Amino acid sequence: MALGILGRKLGMMTWFDAQGRALAATVVHAAPSVITQVKTPETDGYSAIQVGYDSVKEKNVPKPLKGHFNKAGVPPKRILREFRLSDEEARAFKVGQELTLTIFQEGEAVDVSGISKGKGFAGVMKRHDFKGGPDSHGMSGWHRRPGSIGSIRATGRTFKGWRMAGHMGHERVTVKNLVILKIDPEKNLLVLRGAIPGPRKGVVEIRKRQAHKNG
Amino acid sequence: MKEIRELEKQFFKTDLPDFRAGDTIRVHERVLEGGDGKERIQIFEGIVISRRGSGTSETFTVRKISSGIGVEKIFPVHSPRIAKIELVERGRARRAKLHYLRRQAIKAANL
Repeated sequence: MALGILGRKLGMMTWFDAQGRALAATVVHAAPSVITQVKTPETDGYSAIQVGYDSVKEKNVPKPLKGHFNKAGVPPKRILREFRLSDEEARAFKVGQELTLTIFQEGEAVDVSGISKGKGFAGVMKRHDFKGGPDSHGMSGWHRRPGSIGSIRATGRTFKGWRMAGHMGHERVTVKNLVILKIDPEKNLLVLRGAIPGPRKGVVEIRKRQAHKNG
Repeated sequence: MKEIRELEKQFFKTDLPDFRAGDTIRVHERVLEGGDGKERIQIFEGIVISRRGSGTSETFTVRKISSGIGVEKIFPVHSPRIAKIELVERGRARRAKLHYLRRQAIKAANL
């Protein structure tokens, strides 16, 4: 339940703060997101706002989506995402309204979600930080293996969810509590302390920090 | 990328002397005193043995012999903590990285 904005990761840089510390920072381009739909419990069963980001040529938009944008009266957008809000919060927004970086303040903490870089089919050492085997001491062909995956006598099977090699990355990842170092509303740039998921030009959601349930 | 280059510009120093590996420089660094949190300038003088990176991430390494022990410090070129860099002496280095100095006798390291 947090308001947010959409953007694209531009890359990372070194940022010097007021104390002169050199910090790792990520620059995000967050052009205004347009609200394309306000969802309410009566019509959709839940409360949210749907926002569009990144202009796209009309000929490249499928017809059903064109209808959706026409209904909202906004030019077609490449990316549509939803932000779940409480009912009153959602109803305060109007379709066609623009969300800009002005919803954030410098020094505020945000949560960022995106699709992480795909690593392909990765072994257990890369994927789960297994230790593998020794490089020497007579070992041959046993350097990056997972080891035992179960016992015959006690269980006779391998447990479900056992960590093994497989596809790694290209999944939704959320990084929480990133401090906003700088906002440039004119250029639509946002500088965040630390790293965020995904490649350069990857789409990310920047949301207001989710309050912890236990205070 | 263009936008990042633009953002980096605000940190760039304009008063930097042109220095490279082999030169002897004096770095004036702002340090906070432990006790009262006061700021003072600490000077580190030595030979530049490496300069790497670009933009705000650019750093240089200064090496000196302090009480017979080799000491190296790595500084970000554009760090606001560096008050001033003075060029003491030009060196005649024939390569960009002088890591070999670490294995040299003190006398031989004179460039």
